[in-house]
Amino acid sequence: MNFDFSDDQKQMRDAARKFLAEQCPPKAVREVLDGKAAYDKKLWQGLAEMGFLGVAIPEEFGGAGAGHLELCVIAEEMGRANAPVPFSSTVYLAAEALLLAGSDAQKRKWLPKIASGEAIGTLALFEGKGNPSSKAIKLQASGGTLSGVKKPVPDGAIADFAVVAARTGSSGRDSDISLFLVDLKAGGVEVKSLTNVDPTRGQAELAFKNAKAEPLGAAGEGWSILTQVLDRAAVLLAFEQVGGSDRALEMGRDYALDRIAFGRPIGSFQAVKHILADMYVSATLARSNCYYGAWALSTNASELPEAAAAARISATQAFQHCSKNNIQVHGGMGFTWEFDCHMYYRRANATALTLGSLSYWEDQLIDRMRKKNAA
Amino acid sequence: MNFDDTPQEAAFRAEAKAWIQANAPKQYEEELRKSSLGRTVLKGANILEVAKAWQKKKADAGWACLHWPKEYGGRGASPIERVIWQQEEGPFGKLSGMFIIGHGMCGPTMMAFAGEEQKRKYLPPLASGEKVWCQLFSEPAGGSDVAGLRTRAEKKGDDWIINGQKIWTSGAHYSDYGILLTRTDPTVPKHKGLTMFFLDMKSPGVEVRPIKQASGQSDFNEVYFTDVKIPDSQRLGAVNDGWNVSLTTLMNERMSIGAGVATGFPELFDFCNSLMLEDGPAIEDRSVRSRLANYAVKASGLRYTSMRAISALSKGERPGPENSIGKLVAGSMVQEVAMYALDLQGAAGVLSGPEDAEVAGKFQAMLLRAPGTRVEGGTDEIMRNIIAERVLGLPGDIRVDKDVPFNQIPTKGRA
Ligand SMILES: Cc1cc2nc3c(=O)[nH]c(=O)nc-3n(C[C@H](O)[C@H](O)[C@H](O)COP(=O)(O)OP(=O)(O)OC[C@H]3O[C@@H](n4cnc5c(N)ncnc54)[C@H](O)[C@@H]3O)c2cc1C
Repeated sequence: MNFDFSDDQKQMRDAARKFLAEQCPPKAVREVLDGKAAYDKKLWQGLAEMGFLGVAIPEEFGGAGAGHLELCVIAEEMGRANAPVPFSSTVYLAAEALLLAGSDAQKRKWLPKIASGEAIGTLALFEGKGNPSSKAIKLQASGGTLSGVKKPVPDGAIADFAVVAARTGSSGRDSDISLFLVDLKAGGVEVKSLTNVDPTRGQAELAFKNAKAEPLGAAGEGWSILTQVLDRAAVLLAFEQVGGSDRALEMGRDYALDRIAFGRPIGSFQAVKHILADMYVSATLARSNCYYGAWALSTNASELPEAAAAARISATQAFQHCSKNNIQVHGGMGFTWEFDCHMYYRRANATALTLGSLSYWEDQLIDRMRKKNAA
Repeated sequence: MNFDDTPQEAAFRAEAKAWIQANAPKQYEEELRKSSLGRTVLKGANILEVAKAWQKKKADAGWACLHWPKEYGGRGASPIERVIWQQEEGPFGKLSGMFIIGHGMCGPTMMAFAGEEQKRKYLPPLASGEKVWCQLFSEPAGGSDVAGLRTRAEKKGDDWIINGQKIWTSGAHYSDYGILLTRTDPTVPKHKGLTMFFLDMKSPGVEVRPIKQASGQSDFNEVYFTDVKIPDSQRLGAVNDGWNVSLTTLMNERMSIGAGVATGFPELFDFCNSLMLEDGPAIEDRSVRSRLANYAVKASGLRYTSMRAISALSKGERPGPENSIGKLVAGSMVQEVAMYALDLQGAAGVLSGPEDAEVAGKFQAMLLRAPGTRVEGGTDEIMRNIIAERVLGLPGDIRVDKDVPFNQIPTKGRA
């Protein structure tokens, strides 16, 4: 047993942290937050050049072929920097769906473009309120075209292609669902940007009107593939959340050391110290759950569904906990637009919902533990 | 990152498994499996004797105190081998409870500060469970503020004469030896006038009085010292350097308590799986599932946090103050879990007799023991202070007694 990242992986983390510190300072995040751009294009190209976009994409498809542990390392740094780029939708959702279910031709077409930063991808799953569920999918597929509306679609307004979940049967079972690949630039899709809690990661509505689509994976297998994609993304996004938690904790700690009230640093007040200690505790528990998830993801272990749900829940809780208490420690300053605290608070609360809500994943976790117990 | 055994680890596991299979006291397996925090009873047997016998058997075959050096009664095993052993020992590991203080705190302190001859004399019988040790630190005036203790040690020739009182000393009533922190100079600030010793609990002048605890049981004691004589050769560390010696003990305490504290989660999960509520099985209720999931990720977070610590240890890193997290999280979690399990039973949750209570009163016992878990080995607040100051680097509390000679520190809050 060795429950840690390797030295090479840690070196990669250091490189990513250094790169992001230079290329993605809070000022750059604010450009997107303030609506001056939809995402940070320069950063996106930089990430491609560093090889970070294709870290887990095999070399034959234009990636670095490193693997998922390496991708976890990068994900943590993306979260720490609050990077305003469509990384999670493109790399964790679209690329993973292609890797899991794509034909050779589909992989050849899209994966190299993802790795080089030429194509942004996303997953169009939700249709309004609610959590992942095959029953909620109404968007209809027929004769190689799709019709229906998806929202919210993460980074949908800037994406070049989407993996779309559509209904292909009427049995009322999961096997009614199939996945499709849609080139969003090819016509037949109306795209509308939606305002959302975290403008550094956009959300959109995609209205499909007889849009041309090609099947991704076997017909009727859509739900099973989606479940796997969501589990994999849950682990990766959890690493982002842990990165964000750590950064929020650091910001709070640094402020507590500098800010003087009543003639002493506020960090010398026990009530403040204990807030920060509890932030540390939640971030640490989440990190440990994430490590287990990373192992399960990288080895495709049978424990992955349970490990992914646990990582997702504890990272969601940690990021929400750390980001809200970071503001508390900062007092009134923390509530100003000028301070960066709210960027993490926004990201924490947006990320908490992007793959289905916390209560959805709680439900999943217990379901999976129960099945394992019964087996 | 790898969870699988290496070939060496697998071989170790197989050896341990086979030995446990052939030697463990199987007749108690079922009762031990069912026991939980606050409740370990073996029908018709004296648990101390059963525990000592199992420990001795382990020691004779080289399975005791795995991480200790061989010459002191251990096996020189790696931290990971120790975990493998714990996994394989399963419910029989619960028999080690009464040795935790000796093995986890007194032993390492002796190893760091006793002379070589003493180590060879005292450590092997400690490892084998033939001799039980206790930790005599806390006093009515010095719990969290350990350095506020008053028990005096005065030098007389080659001996020290001890007078004073300790309290909450776990296991003192069946202990053979103890490590003892005393005040040797009351005229200097409190941390600078302490000295550590070890002593024979049968020494004349030592009186142990069991205290009935809030849980109704009696695991800890008051210990009185009246002109107790300790030879200078049983001093650990330099005179007036006892604070530094005690830090070694306390650090090890956090490691060994932190890794082993029960969370109550496995018990709660099983319980919710079997409990029927008005509308069906508890586990199918949404609110139950949400609560369970919250506890599940805390329990797994703790489990993997200690695995990370073990991985670090096996790479030669030292256990740090971050290990305070285990006790802090598990302590309040077990309390909440117990309360929740009773809540799920409604009015009948109050009943604690094994015939009337669900799962034989396990959660009621847990409920009554849990408050102690949040206090022993450092309270929640002290743990948070440690994390804030030693892990996050925040300023220490303002200490009004810092440079004040001990005998001038006020002793009452409301004058
Ligand atoms: C079951 C059990 C077994 C024990 N076994 C042993 C043993 O074997 N050997 C031994 O030596 N001792 C033992 N103890 C004693 C234990 O270590 C002390 O009880 C503990 O350290 C707390 O000290 P105290 O009881 O004096 O509480 P106090 O220090 O009086 O604390 C009272 C309250 O004040 C808070 N407080 C105190 N100081 C601070 C501070 N600086 N900042 C914030 N809050 C603070 C505490 O958190 C607590 O809430 C045991 C205790 C229990 C409950």
